[in-house]
Amino acid sequence: MGSIKDEVAIIGMGCTQFGERWDKGTEDLAVEAAWEAFEDAGIEKDLIEACYLSTVMSPIIGVGGTIAADSLKLRNIPVIRNENWCTSGHIALLEACMAVASGAFDMVLAIGVEKLKDTGYPGLGTGRGMHPVYEARRTSPGSFALIAQRYFTQYGLSEEEGKETLAKIEVKNHDNGSLCPKAHFHNRITIEQVMKAPIIAWPLGLFDCCGNSDGAACAIITTAKRAKDFRKDPIYLKGFGISADASLPHFRPDFGWASFEALVTSSHKAYEMAGIKNPREELDLAEVHDCFSITELLIYEDFGFSPRGRAREDVDSGFFTRQGGLPVNIDGGLKCFGHPIGASGLRMTYEVYKQLQGKADLPERQIPDARLGLAHTFGGPPQISAVAIFSNELG
Amino acid sequence: MTSVGIERFGGYLPAFRLDRGLIAESWGRGSLGGERTVANNDEDAVTMAVEAGRNALGDMDKGKVEGLFFATTSPVYKEKMNAALLGAALDLRREIATLDFAHSLRSGTGALKAALDAVGAGSMQTVLVTAADCRLGYPRSDQEQAFGDGAAALLVGPEAGAARFEGAFQVSHEMMDVWRNPEDAFVRTWESRFILGEGFMKHVAEAVEGLLKRMDLTADRVARLILPAPDLRTHKRVVKRLGFNPETQVSDPLISRVGHCGAAHPLLMLAAALDTAAPGDLLLLAAYGDGTDALLFRAGEKVRERTPRRTLEDFLEQKIMLPSYARFLSYKGIVETVPGEPFRLIPSATVTWRDRNSILRCHGSKCRDCGTLAFPVQRVCYTCNAKDRFDEVRIAEMEGEVFTFTRDNLAGRSDDPVVVQTVAEFGTEKVRFYGMMTDCVPSEIRVGTPVGLTFRRIYEGAGMHNYFWKCRPLRIGGGEV
Repeated sequence: MGSIKDEVAIIGMGCTQFGERWDKGTEDLAVEAAWEAFEDAGIEKDLIEACYLSTVMSPIIGVGGTIAADSLKLRNIPVIRNENWCTSGHIALLEACMAVASGAFDMVLAIGVEKLKDTGYPGLGTGRGMHPVYEARRTSPGSFALIAQRYFTQYGLSEEEGKETLAKIEVKNHDNGSLCPKAHFHNRITIEQVMKAPIIAWPLGLFDCCGNSDGAACAIITTAKRAKDFRKDPIYLKGFGISADASLPHFRPDFGWASFEALVTSSHKAYEMAGIKNPREELDLAEVHDCFSITELLIYEDFGFSPRGRAREDVDSGFFTRQGGLPVNIDGGLKCFGHPIGASGLRMTYEVYKQLQGKADLPERQIPDARLGLAHTFGGPPQISAVAIFSNELG
Repeated sequence: MTSVGIERFGGYLPAFRLDRGLIAESWGRGSLGGERTVANNDEDAVTMAVEAGRNALGDMDKGKVEGLFFATTSPVYKEKMNAALLGAALDLRREIATLDFAHSLRSGTGALKAALDAVGAGSMQTVLVTAADCRLGYPRSDQEQAFGDGAAALLVGPEAGAARFEGAFQVSHEMMDVWRNPEDAFVRTWESRFILGEGFMKHVAEAVEGLLKRMDLTADRVARLILPAPDLRTHKRVVKRLGFNPETQVSDPLISRVGHCGAAHPLLMLAAALDTAAPGDLLLLAAYGDGTDALLFRAGEKVRERTPRRTLEDFLEQKIMLPSYARFLSYKGIVETVPGEPFRLIPSATVTWRDRNSILRCHGSKCRDCGTLAFPVQRVCYTCNAKDRFDEVRIAEMEGEVFTFTRDNLAGRSDDPVVVQTVAEFGTEKVRFYGMMTDCVPSEIRVGTPVGLTFRRIYEGAGMHNYFWKCRPLRIGGGEV
């Protein structure tokens, strides 16, 4: 496999306030994110040569690139829409990076936008599977609850023990989110609150599930060579990995449900390109796909942050907290931002970008001397994973 | 006439029961006593007939079935062959005669008689006769309490292993006693003294006496009188009038624990009688509905060997009590509960047609190269990537275990919000199946719970019913939902 390590850089990013943005439409959100990115990069919109748009369901399926072209008034350049479930934002970003690395374009915009609050439903519910029969009643919480049930069974955790471990992850993410102004939720929570919350899909309760919100995020990508012409602190792409795995996990023969090959392979492809041998030690922060608490737990193991079957020990010791050995979801994650699907990958990248520049919005949540950060999304039934690793240094 | 009769038999009762006291209490009326069966909200006449058919056929070679008859007064489609859907779900061969019998409480016995005649005439060797019904009585009516939901299936053939057909006597009689107009949801009746006296009693007696006379028999020679009746009191009266001994000769009319299952009821009672019949027993069946069909059978030498997978006793014992009359009303579609989340999958007639072997026939693909069995049918093998090298294997009759599950509060109907999403492994090859769990007490499901597969409705949309298979616990406890 080839490599585009150190070939492209992000020179500007924008991210909207996430939340219930009742008074803002898809177009408003796109404008809000894009103009922050233009100002951050110090460039005019006219320099953009191509746009990669990520959106899954807003306003409806089947509108091509018009959301970006119309709202941003992009004229006569390619607008390429990506829809890959929850990984759409990352894949649009990585497509933009590959387009720049290929030499086809020098300045590319990647933008993710989603307006879930126009859909009229409060959670990631039913009837959005791929097949009108086989997936008729598949829901997101339901699918991830199947993982939790199996993880508990495989590692001999009682429901109480399992739920408590998951609760600690959410307590951590809410604690992080409480310090993040752009997050949807800023409330701190307790283990007791999580354990007693209404059940969505057993064993996952309300606090185990990410919120539904509106938001957009945007990145401007150019070549690593030109990056410093625009700013002194560009952020470089060190490696990436994307894996889509065959067959809905639900029907996959022999599938164990406590680990996903797509998670393992996407992260390891990214490590290899970035030259990372020990992610637990080398990474300074990770923004991972905590659509549900169990997903984050699984990722600790599949990404090699924790030994197989022992992520619980790291959760108990606080290894992934802001002050721990590897802060994970330092902005509060999907848990506190909610998950406007097409926007999330770019929103997570925004946090990594700001942390690596030393420009976290509040000093108390800045990771000192952060050098290497990972952003990740995991989507579908689930079936597809995208990982991107960034640094503030070349080499 | 050559020998003809019943080769195999099996009934079906839905898992749910409603205590008639709950209905009575809601209306401040007296209870008929006992409980009635209630089809689950994913069941209908076709799905119940599928279950009865599977129960009757057991592990026999289904390729031998040449005809499939389906009788009901509650068809799932007014125009469209219900039996064709049934045949697909039963995985019967395509070169088969299918026919729906409808509109009458005698359609079950009518279908049976037609099958006996067809086999007797040599035009077909083996015909599966199925009947199922889920009729509605008006809320607060006696019928609401007295009706039940159920199905039965009888395999008719020339060997007559379970019972030989001896003869029939049929009377047709036009009167407005019990009816439903095309636009009616509920069964209408005229004054009961008129309909029982001039309708039921008179014509049942005429047919039974006519049959005994034609067969040159007296009532005392009959081992079992199988006589569906609208209620227990009427049943007692007709038995007495015909001179049968209620203690020794008369089959339980299945009113107190089941309810009258419409067109299926005569066949269900016949199947129940065959569950316990001894070789040589004479069984007299009489079904009323604008006249009466009376049929005489003699239990065959092999009747004890042909016991279905599940006897009626087994169905009666395995049940889940519905907690309220309100739940019954919503399951029956009589009251509409608060709308749940909008359903965003668009059913497609072409998709279900194209994938019919997996969706309806429950076929998976078994790789000819590496043996991996996957469901639904996969053109490229998940394990070895062989392309288009597979044999289709029906997995519906396999038993399995829950591999993982969740009680999902977002996935269900608004009256029944919890769906047990289930991933299960079936058969020795542990083929994976993902779907919903039905007929269960959600809190009782565990990893490892033994399950089977059952054919059910999954949702309504695009003006059609959408069917697929669901998991169902092999044993159903006595709990409440």
